[in-house]
Amino acid sequence: MIGLLFGALCLVFALDLALGSVRIPLGDIISVLFGNGAGKESWEQIVMAYRLPRALTAMLGGAGLSVAGLQMQTLFRNPLAGPFVLGINAGASLGVAAAVLAAGGLAGAGLISGLSVFGSLGAVVSATLGSALVFGMIMLVSRRVESNMTLLILGLMFGHTAGAAVSVLLHFSAAEQIRVYVAWTFGSFAGVGWSQLQVLAPAVLAGLAAAFLLVKPLNALLLGEAYARSMGLTVRRARLAVLAGTSLLAGAITAFCGPIAFLGVAVPHLCRGLLDTSDHRLLVPAVTLAGGVLALTADLVAQLPGSQAVLPLNAVTSLIGAPVIIWVILQRANLRSTFAS
Amino acid sequence: MSKPILQTEDLSIGYRRPRAAPFTVARGITASLGAGECVCLVGPNGAGKSTLLKTLAGMLRPLGGRVLSGGEPLHGLRPLELARRLSVVLTDRVQAGALSAYALVALGRYPYTGWTGRLTAHDDEHVRRALSAVGAEELAPRSVLELSDGERQKVMIARALAQDPEVMILDEPTAYLDLPRRVEVLGLLRNLAHRKSRAILLSTHDLDLALRTADRIWVLARGGRLSCGVPEDMVLGGVFETAFESEGVLFDRETGSFQVSGEATATVAVTGEGAVWRWTVRGLERAGLRAVTGDEAASAMFQVEVAPVENSVDWQLTRDGDVVSGRGVEALLIELQQVRWAVPASGSHSSP
Repeated sequence: MIGLLFGALCLVFALDLALGSVRIPLGDIISVLFGNGAGKESWEQIVMAYRLPRALTAMLGGAGLSVAGLQMQTLFRNPLAGPFVLGINAGASLGVAAAVLAAGGLAGAGLISGLSVFGSLGAVVSATLGSALVFGMIMLVSRRVESNMTLLILGLMFGHTAGAAVSVLLHFSAAEQIRVYVAWTFGSFAGVGWSQLQVLAPAVLAGLAAAFLLVKPLNALLLGEAYARSMGLTVRRARLAVLAGTSLLAGAITAFCGPIAFLGVAVPHLCRGLLDTSDHRLLVPAVTLAGGVLALTADLVAQLPGSQAVLPLNAVTSLIGAPVIIWVILQRANLRSTFAS
Repeated sequence: MSKPILQTEDLSIGYRRPRAAPFTVARGITASLGAGECVCLVGPNGAGKSTLLKTLAGMLRPLGGRVLSGGEPLHGLRPLELARRLSVVLTDRVQAGALSAYALVALGRYPYTGWTGRLTAHDDEHVRRALSAVGAEELAPRSVLELSDGERQKVMIARALAQDPEVMILDEPTAYLDLPRRVEVLGLLRNLAHRKSRAILLSTHDLDLALRTADRIWVLARGGRLSCGVPEDMVLGGVFETAFESEGVLFDRETGSFQVSGEATATVAVTGEGAVWRWTVRGLERAGLRAVTGDEAASAMFQVEVAPVENSVDWQLTRDGDVVSGRGVEALLIELQQVRWAVPASGSHSSP
């Protein structure tokens, strides 16, 4: 199954490079990737400057969000948990909303222009600051709170508070500023170029590596905190590590790509359904690959190959993802038994 | 008693509360648990059995006194070290997700495996031995989601065993099980204690079963007094009467079980023997009549003679010279119900 997922990942990665408003033959793609140039010079330009960084971002983003979601679902023993359950995205949204509003009057156009809000320095910095703020609060609270359920509720409250602050900010914004903000909430992998990838890629890879290192504690947490503790796990330390890794993934990806919904909640369920296991030694690699596959597929569809139009990424992830997940869940019918508690 | 593995010294247990004085459940507990011993902790609801078990398992800090494991303070041990000495099975029905029974038991090797949790051949042997010790080898490949309550409990016990501890603490391991499964699980635990010379402490509401199975009984009375001893001494010492003292329930020292009390209104002399005699008497007691023997029999209101017949009982009921006979306990109870109402009764039960 892991091999299959890897194959699928390679396939959609290649397709994502090949298809778009201009169709480029696979042979030329491969030759570009190995530095041999392509049939047309513009193709090389398109692949290297736009499609390759976008595809890499999609792969990293999908993998990162999905693994973050898996960890949250296990930590909180809750099927609805996802990477944003602790309000990381709300923090990022608050940062961006604040930046958009602040930028409105003066240096606005320089900081965030309506067209390239993604990956623009202002959006990244403000989203990072926003998610870091929420992350800091979570860390502070998690050292004092014993129960994971309490932490989950506090996270939701952080999210709602930040969301409320965003509403207030938007209320006092001009229509144009709101449009910029709303465009950011649609999510996109396209705004990340090579220079941004130099920040995003290490952050995501570090978050993924942390998840791989945490498979044993995550497996112990399957039995619940009390059992995990009785088996020798220092629950607070493990929780801190899981939260830090998850926040890094969710925060970094949201900063660069916007709040990408759905993947983080859905992919772990998809993999549990496909592999019929809750063992993280299998799930973490599977979720990493499947997250990449789904994000690339969504990106591919969002580009509407053969046309000039681009769909909002968030709409696509939900539109193509939801039916797949629903099918898997109904097929296996083990979601309830996996999580009923 | 063999050498103590787990000891308490003047232990106070209870809960710490934010911005309030700690809530003490029991204090002055001094007890010890020896290798190869299966001990049942019993007591009325709310006496603090779970609190005591959690404190002994290191999951709750004591309010006072200390718990010693091999002479060292248990609550000072590093988590991994504690996990190698002591394992638990908790009351809650565990929801582990989609894992095979083998994988679940393998989690018990947590304190011994490396960072990936990969099992060595040695770990694998421990897991298999634990599964076979609870008679669950054939469950190994099955998903825990599909197991029955009894099977799942066995697997959880195997998991605790795979942790290779000196002490196993189980909080109501028989709670969700039917009677045959309870007998099986308790017998299994006693065998584990004896054969593998581990100390096993479990709480249960099954007093009858505990009295028959446990090497020693700990009785935690409401108010927090803990008494320890072998079952028979505890019964004869009247410990259960005081510990479970409450209205409407009586502990019968003769049978070692609880009876729903209600004033027995009429006396019945029952003659016969074997199973039919025992179950007829049980039926009469359940219906609020008192079965008498010996000297009292002569003055009893009714005389019942019972004899076994294929899978039932034939009885003959005599009152003031009238004789009725029939088959089955239910028919006897109905008959008695009717004649009792006809009697100018000695008790308050004789309405309409």
